[in-house]
Amino acid sequence: MNDQRAGSPADPTEPVRPVLRLSGVNKSFGPVHVLHDVDLAVRPGEVTALVGDNGAGKSTLVKCIAGIHPVDGGSIHFDGEPVRITSPKDAADLGIEVVYQDLALADNLDIVQNMFLGRERTRGGLLDETDMERAARDTLASLSVRTVASVRTPVSALSGGQRQTVAIAKAVLWNSRVVLLDEPTAALGVAQTRQVLDLVRRLAERGLGVVLISHNMNDVFEVADRIATLYLGRLVAELPTRDTTHAQVVELITAGRSGDLGLPRAENVAL
Amino acid sequence: MTATDTTDTVDHPARRGGLAGAARARLQQLLALASLLVIGAFFSVASPFFLTYGNFTAILFSTVVIGTLAVGTTLVIVSGGIDLSLGTGMALCAVVAGVLMVDLGLPLAVGVPAAILFGGLIGLVNGLNVTLLGIPPFIATLAMMLVAGGLALVLSNSAPIYFTDVPGYLDISTGNLVPGVDFPNAVLILLVAAVVAGLVLSRTVLGRHTYSVGSNEAATALSGVDVRRVKIAVYVLAGLFTGLAGILISARLGSAQPATGMGYELQAIAAVVIGGTSLSGGRGSVVGTLIGALIISVLNNGLQIMSIPQEWQNVILGCVILVAVYADMLRRRRRG
Repeated sequence: MNDQRAGSPADPTEPVRPVLRLSGVNKSFGPVHVLHDVDLAVRPGEVTALVGDNGAGKSTLVKCIAGIHPVDGGSIHFDGEPVRITSPKDAADLGIEVVYQDLALADNLDIVQNMFLGRERTRGGLLDETDMERAARDTLASLSVRTVASVRTPVSALSGGQRQTVAIAKAVLWNSRVVLLDEPTAALGVAQTRQVLDLVRRLAERGLGVVLISHNMNDVFEVADRIATLYLGRLVAELPTRDTTHAQVVELITAGRSGDLGLPRAENVAL
Repeated sequence: MTATDTTDTVDHPARRGGLAGAARARLQQLLALASLLVIGAFFSVASPFFLTYGNFTAILFSTVVIGTLAVGTTLVIVSGGIDLSLGTGMALCAVVAGVLMVDLGLPLAVGVPAAILFGGLIGLVNGLNVTLLGIPPFIATLAMMLVAGGLALVLSNSAPIYFTDVPGYLDISTGNLVPGVDFPNAVLILLVAAVVAGLVLSRTVLGRHTYSVGSNEAATALSGVDVRRVKIAVYVLAGLFTGLAGILISARLGSAQPATGMGYELQAIAAVVIGGTSLSGGRGSVVGTLIGALIISVLNNGLQIMSIPQEWQNVILGCVILVAVYADMLRRRRRG
């Protein structure tokens, strides 16, 4: 496990400048205050795991970054510049890609068509299939994806792990800078989880900032450089994985604090 | 599993699978084509009058109106929508053509494009109702079916408008491009229209998005595609084809018949379905639709030649639709 993180370009103790930084982000749906003053930094070459109990606000936070739910307050900096993300297109333009839990793939389309969906390449007004097919194949090869037999296979014919792979490859096709993965291994078997986690690690090795949402502590401790914990809509701790234990993270998730980490006791009581 | 190993497996089967995938996609069309040939062969044996050049062009000619409507609505159905306003919309466009060219005396070069654009306007209203108001396509176009049918009667005072005084109008459908060769212009127009629709669907970004909206609308939106624009575009295109069909049918009849039209939309949808396009969206082709329209024409024509009454023709057509769709489902289930 240590070997894997030693290969990563960033040393968690001396963080590189974040590519994406959220400060004091708030989000409410009507009377429900879902996110409270969330601060989060995503650094290039690092996997940041975002953990928290059901309803802690993980998916909402991802959707805020993705532009599906614009934030109510707080600021977002990209490459140190303040930005506003109000639509999925804004996020995509910045180079932020999201791989959704419910896999945003069109079943009847093949792998190439899915990977280029919304950003088709054309020549003379018509689709340039050859170019797209080559780029899709190159991207899969560069990620050492060996599980997909043909890039012209309809997505409906793929296994869960293959679909997840396509969804992730779609995200990196765009020279994206930040990739957010919402529970990418939730529905996968052991071998397929292994493949997807390898792929997640490879994204970071390519210098992308990766945010991984997961319920699975083993996955988190295996691939993450940092672990950020959400508790009732508050980001209570963001710690280097090497300085953290399973037990601490579980405590942070369930109680919002663990020893000196997380919420101060007084506030915890107030909650 | 070395690095070379990896790139190899990504590279080579892709080409093999690409061919296999293309063949799979063509299978439904091939099945439809085979059915067409079988039906044609049956009638050729059953009647000496079936397999003649005159009858061949007659079949093509009788395919024109349904074919044009069906080709246009293929786009709508692939996007996961439905358009019930095709039939009466076509009658309304024919009446509009009559009002412009007969009543107002506008020249052909103005009246014909205007009537086709009017069809596009009907489609635009359908598209806006479906997207901006969020009305389900079935209801939105059902309403438009009634509105268009009513307007056609209002605009024409419920009487046919005759194009006898519009020079050249009838030639649009019944004339021959090459003088002396019996091959009606309307058939050529259908073929050109089908090629255009086929190119849009299979070779353009709009076509790709049409498939993906029909396949998974939410995923398409998340990929940054403006789904509403795609839907509006397919309804407008279907409307333009409706306008074209209005021109073709009125030029063939020599008159705009305001009360006809109802029922054509169902025949067009039948042609689309027989051609292998899924009513749930995301799957289908213009070529398949053309074959589907031809199957309907061949059936009607052959049964007529064999002196089978009109009532039975509908019974047989209904059965053909059931068989075609069920065969497609069986094939799909076996593969899945």
